[in-house]
Amino acid sequence: MAETLLTLSDVAVHHGEHVALQVASLEVYPGDVMALIGPNGAGKSTMLRVMGILQLPDHGTVRFRGENALDGNQLALRRRIATVFQEPLLLNASVYQNAALGLKLRGVRRDEIQRHLGPWLQRLGIAHLAARFARTLSGGEAQRTSLARALVLEPELLLLDEPFSALDPASREALVRDFQRIVRETGITTVLVTHDRHEAFALANRVGVLHQGHLLQLGSCENVFLRPETEAVAEIVGIENRLSGVVEVSDGDHATIKTNGAMIHAQAGLKTGTKVVACIRPEEVSLTLATCGPQDSNRLKGKVIAVSPGMTHHRISLDCGGFPLVALVERRGYSKLPLCEGDELTAVFSPETVHVIDDERAR
Amino acid sequence: MELLWQGIGKAIELVLGFDAEVWAITWLSLKISGSATLISLLLGIPLGIALALVRFPGRNTTVALINTGMGLPPVVVGLFVSIFLWRSGPLGFMELIYSPTAMVIAQVIIAFPIVAGLTMASFQALDPKLALQLLGIGASKPQLLWLLCKEARLPLLAAVMAGFGGVISEVGASMMVGGNIRGQTRVLTTATVLETGKGNFDIAIALSLILLGLTFAINIILLTRIQQREQLRWPKLS
Repeated sequence: MAETLLTLSDVAVHHGEHVALQVASLEVYPGDVMALIGPNGAGKSTMLRVMGILQLPDHGTVRFRGENALDGNQLALRRRIATVFQEPLLLNASVYQNAALGLKLRGVRRDEIQRHLGPWLQRLGIAHLAARFARTLSGGEAQRTSLARALVLEPELLLLDEPFSALDPASREALVRDFQRIVRETGITTVLVTHDRHEAFALANRVGVLHQGHLLQLGSCENVFLRPETEAVAEIVGIENRLSGVVEVSDGDHATIKTNGAMIHAQAGLKTGTKVVACIRPEEVSLTLATCGPQDSNRLKGKVIAVSPGMTHHRISLDCGGFPLVALVERRGYSKLPLCEGDELTAVFSPETVHVIDDERAR
Repeated sequence: MELLWQGIGKAIELVLGFDAEVWAITWLSLKISGSATLISLLLGIPLGIALALVRFPGRNTTVALINTGMGLPPVVVGLFVSIFLWRSGPLGFMELIYSPTAMVIAQVIIAFPIVAGLTMASFQALDPKLALQLLGIGASKPQLLWLLCKEARLPLLAAVMAGFGGVISEVGASMMVGGNIRGQTRVLTTATVLETGKGNFDIAIALSLILLGLTFAINIILLTRIQQREQLRWPKLS
């Protein structure tokens, strides 16, 4: 196993009685791009502050390349890490002076600063703004300055706390693209806190899911987003259809799950009688007016409860006789399928798309 | 009206003629109020920063005291400093009453809460997340303080000016603890009171004009120039 860059062990942060963070173990390896996702108040920002040695945990240890941050030279360790926050707070000075600040704080000579900073201002597309005052920048330009201020330090670990979420969609997409390129070119180890699942998918190779201060799951994007280990993770990663049930028939790698009012076929090797949660992503559900079709597919009759239109997909909520089911229908396909509330139709999804969580093991 | 014109004429004569006594009084005013302001800054800025950034027991009480102190009437300060420094008072042995040192003490008590209070306000106006961001790019604790001071430079300068303005124009305390002794503790304000009382309006007007000119000049030098420079950094509104 590769040498770890940052190790959190048994870390806990309390706010009075409230547990803000409780993580048994987390390791960041060199070259990692790790996304931390979770709802508001899950402890993501707290975790990032602990990683950046900006806040000391009430319990546990933080090690940076094996060195204990709690009894070492914290300033020296802190200077090998750089943190960028959601809101770029710049000093009342020029873009160049702001971007140079971190190097200046480290006592780097003026000509050295210029040599290092130039390429980064270019890379982030703000070289032409160098002389502008920070107050006159747009949100995107300010965040680029804030990123330059951190990246020019060439930190061993870059921490980003929702760096793109305060930007308008156009500047956000442009900055995410630029950042993606920088990560690819430099291989900089990054931990990124985000609300946006697409951002996590686009940038990260590993994803950690935080909920109420606990790290519920840590793994590859595919595993976390498509194969969540618990129902809580499934909810956080956006699997809206979660049906509790019991395995009724098991046949090798095929299981039939009895849920409240329907039988669902899934590909899973589970024993008969196991309590499970069947997870179906809304985009895997297609809708049809036809009453018959391929036998091996899941076919559930339902009634439309609500239709909410979207840019690319329409979100359709169905009542399938006792349980709700949400389907995302592509807008183009939808025009051929005019739906009104109360319409009856059939929801179709294949057994391969059903992810089954073993509810007993997950607890 | 004639009185006024006569006074202004005399004032110009005194100022341009470099009247020795007038200049001695002016110099003493500057020395006393300048030292008092300096001492107030040394005490008030660190206290103001601590009150804004650190939570410690007794903080709320201190803030309440500072806020009250910002409006302290100089006469009241003069009274209590007099009582303490009086020959038979608790600090009488130091023999400070009716000395410039006594005036400095009184003026520090007047200016110090103003400086501390305005420093606190200027640091509270900074975004609390700024400190975290500066630490996040590797600022040490002293560097952080310095950067925050630089960021709050304008309101801090206002604190300096308010402190100085408060003591250079103050008359009650100076009169009471200094005694307005000619050549020793007579400053611009106390001299103006004396000359007005004697009916020497021309000299009183001259002294007042010098006082006005002095505060104006210092304001111009410090505050206005920096404020104008900062204003250029704002985008044009309209």
